[in-house]
Amino acid sequence: MGRWITLTVNGSKRRVEVKDNEILLDVLRDKLKVKSVKAACWRGECGLCSILLNGKLVKSCLVLAVEVDGSEILTVEGLARDGELAPIQRSFIEHGALQCGFCTPAFVLASHKLLEENPSASEDEIKESLSGIVCRCGTYYEIIEAIKDASKHYQVRKKV
Amino acid sequence: MSFKYVGKPIPPQDGFLKVTGTATYTFDLELPGMLYAKLVTSTVPHARIKKIDVSRALGVPGVVRVVTGKEYPYRVGMYAGDRDLLAIDKVNWVGHPVAAVIAETLEAAEKAIDLVDVEYEELPAIFDPLEALKPDALLIHEKMEEYRHSPAFKPIPGTNIANKFTLVRGDVEKGFRESDVVLEEEFHISHVSHCYMEVQNVIAHYHLDGTVEIWTSWQNVAPVRQIMALSLGIPHNKIIVRIPYVGGGFGGKAGLGWEALVAILSKAAGHRPVKLVLSRKEQFSTAAVREGFHAFAKAGFKKDGTFNAYSVRFILDAGAYADYTVNVGRAVGYSADGCYEIPNINVESLTVYTNKIPTTALRGFGYPESHWVLEQIIDRAAKKLGIDPSEIRRKNLVKPGHSHTCTGERLREDAGDPQKVLKTLVDEIGWGKPSENPPEPWKVRAKGLSLFVKGPAQPPNAAASAILKFNEDASIDLLIATGNFGQGTVTALMQIVAEEFGLPLEKVRVDYVRDTHKSAYTWQTVGSRGLFTDGIAILKAIEDAKNQIFTVASEVLRCPKDQLELVDGEVRVKGKPWEKIPLQDIVMGYTYPNGNSIGGPVIGRGVFMSTHTTYLDPDTGQGNPTIFHTFGGTAVELELDLLTGEINILKAVEVLDLGKVINPLLVKQQTHGGLIMGTSISLYEEIKFDERGWVVNPNFTSYYLVRIKDLPREVVARYIETPQLDGPYGARGIGELTMIGVAPAIANAIYNSIGVKLDRLPMNPEYVWRALREQRPDLVEEAWKRFSKYEKIVEVTI
Ligand code: FES
Ligand code: FES
Repeated sequence: MGRWITLTVNGSKRRVEVKDNEILLDVLRDKLKVKSVKAACWRGECGLCSILLNGKLVKSCLVLAVEVDGSEILTVEGLARDGELAPIQRSFIEHGALQCGFCTPAFVLASHKLLEENPSASEDEIKESLSGIVCRCGTYYEIIEAIKDASKHYQVRKKV
Repeated sequence: MSFKYVGKPIPPQDGFLKVTGTATYTFDLELPGMLYAKLVTSTVPHARIKKIDVSRALGVPGVVRVVTGKEYPYRVGMYAGDRDLLAIDKVNWVGHPVAAVIAETLEAAEKAIDLVDVEYEELPAIFDPLEALKPDALLIHEKMEEYRHSPAFKPIPGTNIANKFTLVRGDVEKGFRESDVVLEEEFHISHVSHCYMEVQNVIAHYHLDGTVEIWTSWQNVAPVRQIMALSLGIPHNKIIVRIPYVGGGFGGKAGLGWEALVAILSKAAGHRPVKLVLSRKEQFSTAAVREGFHAFAKAGFKKDGTFNAYSVRFILDAGAYADYTVNVGRAVGYSADGCYEIPNINVESLTVYTNKIPTTALRGFGYPESHWVLEQIIDRAAKKLGIDPSEIRRKNLVKPGHSHTCTGERLREDAGDPQKVLKTLVDEIGWGKPSENPPEPWKVRAKGLSLFVKGPAQPPNAAASAILKFNEDASIDLLIATGNFGQGTVTALMQIVAEEFGLPLEKVRVDYVRDTHKSAYTWQTVGSRGLFTDGIAILKAIEDAKNQIFTVASEVLRCPKDQLELVDGEVRVKGKPWEKIPLQDIVMGYTYPNGNSIGGPVIGRGVFMSTHTTYLDPDTGQGNPTIFHTFGGTAVELELDLLTGEINILKAVEVLDLGKVINPLLVKQQTHGGLIMGTSISLYEEIKFDERGWVVNPNFTSYYLVRIKDLPREVVARYIETPQLDGPYGARGIGELTMIGVAPAIANAIYNSIGVKLDRLPMNPEYVWRALREQRPDLVEEAWKRFSKYEKIVEVTI
């Protein structure tokens, strides 16, 4: 009935059967049990289903699974290395940049991506790049602080 | 007194799981053999159900059962008790669930709901609560007299009134006669959705032995169990409600949920577990939202600014079901006086049924509504009297220790310092100092103020309890049911425990799952009461545990109990720190060298019970409704575009008298969160209905929420610490408070600067643009002139 595709999710190769109309969000959550990827609108408006697809930040509810056969996917589960949190994760905790936490995986991932690309992002750049994700608890000021504070680690990394 | 944890900016203790994506929400849970349910919802606003034909739906492969209301005629509710599990005989709004499909897969369930054929005989629908109040209006609830409602409410069978709240204090007519200035004003608020990011979702497993297990994205376990027990007739100990992490609540997951329904679906599907997940669209059209609101107010002032008489009629558009909104209506009513002393006051607050989406509480529980009215009245009176808005507030503010609220409750001496709140607010916003001129001359800049006060809206006997049990290594399991849906409360409570025992914070653990079977009872975490009520219960549990520990230690150390102290995980004799026992040698019982043992495992228990709260008198609204008051204020400086009606907040100041800040990091986070949500609701949010009662904007494109790029440019949060003597470390609640003042402060800024009255929420550009044209066409014309000149200048410079 479906087609088999291969995805590399957080470093491990997974084969999964998908239907032609199945969205990547459902494949990740329901079939591959990657539950850090959340959803709140299912139509590209909340950004909670954001993942890194071949290094690009995308909303997985807008992607058909069959179209991304062979892709690499990074979610927030794949950020910590050997139990060591990524600097952005530590910074989110220290700055209290989370309340209910439902949007946190998406914000952490998007912030990580932003800092990797632009470690000295200005406040305006931070706002611009994160405007696709909603935090109803309104933790935005803390998120901005967390990103600014974590940026030094990414600057060092980039130099190395 | 210096503390190690209390008053320190401790990061949220569940942060690690949240940043790694490993915190588990009900949304993420699956059980073996689990089925999926979807709701068939009404497509008409008001109709008799003639026939439901489920045969086509049953033909969909994978469909296990289709359940209709008639099969399980249970009535459910917490306060009004006005709801059936699924519609029986009649539907009352577009979106009303009439049947539920249960299937092996979500896909099959989704397919089958479209194949359930419902035949309706339409009735005239009522969308306006003022229409619903007319004597000849059609009845939406024909069986109101059968409803089992709480004694705190007064439904009026034979009308569309779900609750009538009345408050009378002083002589309002005489008050008006003796006033120098009398104003009459109207205000309105549109329906808004909570938009918590995790949609409502429930798993129920009705076991063959009659035990029911529930996992749900809800705020509190106890009310879920209580509603299920009362409506389904299941004994309390056979219902186990579990709540893991919750993706936001804001009051919208506090009243009646879907648990009883899904439990019945599980039973109907052969006792297999069933999961129901609402879609975002259903969140906007089937789940409960915040009510629509009208207010008709008359206010009398003396020449010197004394607020002398206030008469106000609140009409809440509660929609088709008002189970929780009856309590919102009551809270709007008894908070009508805000933080002012008004000797003569009359309030009528009607919670009214209409054929729209049902309603419930939203962060602030009626207080944002009452303050939207009152705080604007104050500014309008100030202008009429030629008194400064800060001055008229200063003059009328209640005096703790002397004043009475409008329910006749004497404010405690230690209730807070409203004058200091006002002063701090005025200083921080630079009140009286004119704003800088905006760079674009067709815009204006303005400042506005608003004060507020709030206590938890709760029944008088709403209790809390805590159990604290020691493990072998002197670590602690704190068994509490405190709701945990984004606030900092649990971290703050853990800080208190660590502080009191002199233990490192890591030694204190609160399980992330609230569980009716395992957590100590707490009535509910709502109304900003969690830290206060559960904190008091925990302090008592600590005292109880310490007493057990000291009893053993005093025997071992041969020293009276009052000479002992707990420091760094040891019991020591005061002044002789070398005479000591480590806690872990006591908490499971102390064993002497010969093997004799005394004491035993230490388990502390404590309760909170309010002893001074009462029901309110049904005719006069007099009594003691609340356990504490938190005073606060919001000030904004904003920029208004006279051509587009757009409002931009440049600076927002929030001041709160919290008694004691237990955790400055998380209190600030709550303050910012409330300011942002308040801004969003003030400026953008509105559920829109078409003339057939359909919600036309059930998504985040046409229902706009504030995003990170829309933040007020600058925010300032200031806390005053006037200790509440019965609060934990002197603390009061904060969660909802931070939102209340935003809307009136914005409206006041605009009224003060250009005299334009904004009576409606949201103050979106379209509404403000219209108000500007109607009330100040001269200003708009002038702005156009400036704009066209400016364009020319721009052209030249280019
Ligand atoms: S679920 Fe994908 S953007 Fe909202
Ligand atoms: S922390 Fe709750 S939605 Fe962002």
